[in-house]
Amino acid sequence: MTRSAHRTRRILQVAGASGAALLALSACSSSGPGTGAGSSSAKPSGTVTVFAAASLEESFKTLGKQFEKEHPGTKVTFNFGGSDTLAASITGGAPADVFAAASTKTMAIVTDKQDAAGTPATFVRNQLEIATLPGNPDRISSLKDLTKPGLKVVLCDESVPCGTAARKALDAGGLKLTPVSYEQDVKSALTKVELKEADAAVVYKTDVRAAGDKVDGVDFPESAEAVNDYPIALLKNAPNPKAAKAFMALVRSAEGQKVLSRAGFLKP
Amino acid sequence: MTDTLESRPRRDRHRDRHRGRTRTAPIPLLVPALVGLAFLLLPLIALLVRAPWRSLPEQLTSAEVWEALRLSLLCATAATVLSLVVGVPLAWLLARTWFPGRGFVRALVTLPLVLPPVVGGVALLLAFGRNGVIGQWLDSWFGITLPFTTTGVVLAETFVAMPFLVISVEGTLRAADPRYEEAATTLGASRFTAFRRVTLPLIAPGIAAGAVLAWARALGEFGATITFAGNFPGRTQTMPLAVYLALQNDPAAAIALSLVLLAVSIAVLAALRDRWMTAS
Repeated sequence: MTRSAHRTRRILQVAGASGAALLALSACSSSGPGTGAGSSSAKPSGTVTVFAAASLEESFKTLGKQFEKEHPGTKVTFNFGGSDTLAASITGGAPADVFAAASTKTMAIVTDKQDAAGTPATFVRNQLEIATLPGNPDRISSLKDLTKPGLKVVLCDESVPCGTAARKALDAGGLKLTPVSYEQDVKSALTKVELKEADAAVVYKTDVRAAGDKVDGVDFPESAEAVNDYPIALLKNAPNPKAAKAFMALVRSAEGQKVLSRAGFLKP
Repeated sequence: MTDTLESRPRRDRHRDRHRGRTRTAPIPLLVPALVGLAFLLLPLIALLVRAPWRSLPEQLTSAEVWEALRLSLLCATAATVLSLVVGVPLAWLLARTWFPGRGFVRALVTLPLVLPPVVGGVALLLAFGRNGVIGQWLDSWFGITLPFTTTGVVLAETFVAMPFLVISVEGTLRAADPRYEEAATTLGASRFTAFRRVTLPLIAPGIAAGAVLAWARALGEFGATITFAGNFPGRTQTMPLAVYLALQNDPAAAIALSLVLLAVSIAVLAALRDRWMTAS
């Protein structure tokens, strides 16, 4: 008798433990972004989740802080990465409110799957630049200089916008360049130069500026052939559309544009 | 009861091997066990369900796929060999000798197991990169630079995979009876001869199991590889890198590549299962 009672208690304990584990799991999934979406107040509140191209990191972080200050009770969380990776996670069902891509092509992945609400709008443009080691010891002054033998150059993989743009620029100059690596996003390409593992990388102007004195920037005329439009869109399954719209408005406002152009972006 | 294992009938011995195993399981154990099993298997089944079977032959005949697969197999094998050469002696040192701070060293050895591989890649760059702590001397003295090379891939994979081997071999060494070695040394063998002729055959199953684990881990390595060795087809682009980059604009190709990797992993584990994995 006591033994069976003891056993039942044990079973309940185990069941309780696994039940608690399941509850914890489901709590994780429901306490995600946009907990304030259901509130009926007119002011934006809750969490806005923004998926943005890696090159937007510095300026969007600044804008995120500004947004949180202007709208108390809100929180902006970011997921920065290669635009294609982000697009793939959005079409795969990642819970995001806003998508800011580094090319219209990557935005099209999302709009083609009907995952965007409304038409994406271009909010900035970005131009390529060569990032060299500090002081430019290899005396790189043109895109053609990157084809010099012995020079270690990294490019973005052609599946990400900065790689496509670099390919366009190289084609425009009729140049053939074999890099040491095709990096998965623009920040990793830049990092290779910052760590002095590569002699040069073709990245965005904004990345060169963000790196400060860790790299030098070299402009090249072919970059005019490969200017990237950055579109931004509200997502169809946005958990918090109200705050998302407010954040997008800030990005496109004069105030937002000032932050973005300070980072090196061109006006749309 | 008193008779030895050898003199008992065969069936008895068979039962002996299955001692402690029953056909029934209590519900509180069975249900979470099945949930766990389903959780591990469902993603793999999904991969099979969504595989682009019709375009598969076309996807898999591209030269790039075979280049990536060849590079993956080559680098994983080289990383395993490298792990064996330095990992087995390291495991012996940790299991059979005593020195101050041994526990701490042991913890350090297992660190790459818990470290995110990308962090490992960054650490490798800082150590062996062209401008790294050791790498700058390699570059200026020997003209050797490791990042962006196939050797770099092997190093990155070794860094991540070797702890699996060391832990496995060390565990086997601890379980093995040191008296055999002691007997060998009292009979006049040097400690190295005792290690080579007595210890090594004794722990061979553990070494093999560790090597398989390390090989499998090296084959799937992504983070440290892409961070330290970069991504260039034919030189540093292994299968996991190819899968990741294909996923960006051609999910069907990524699934096809994943299937190849899955098939290779299953084939290797199945081939070695009976011989080695169960022995440890």
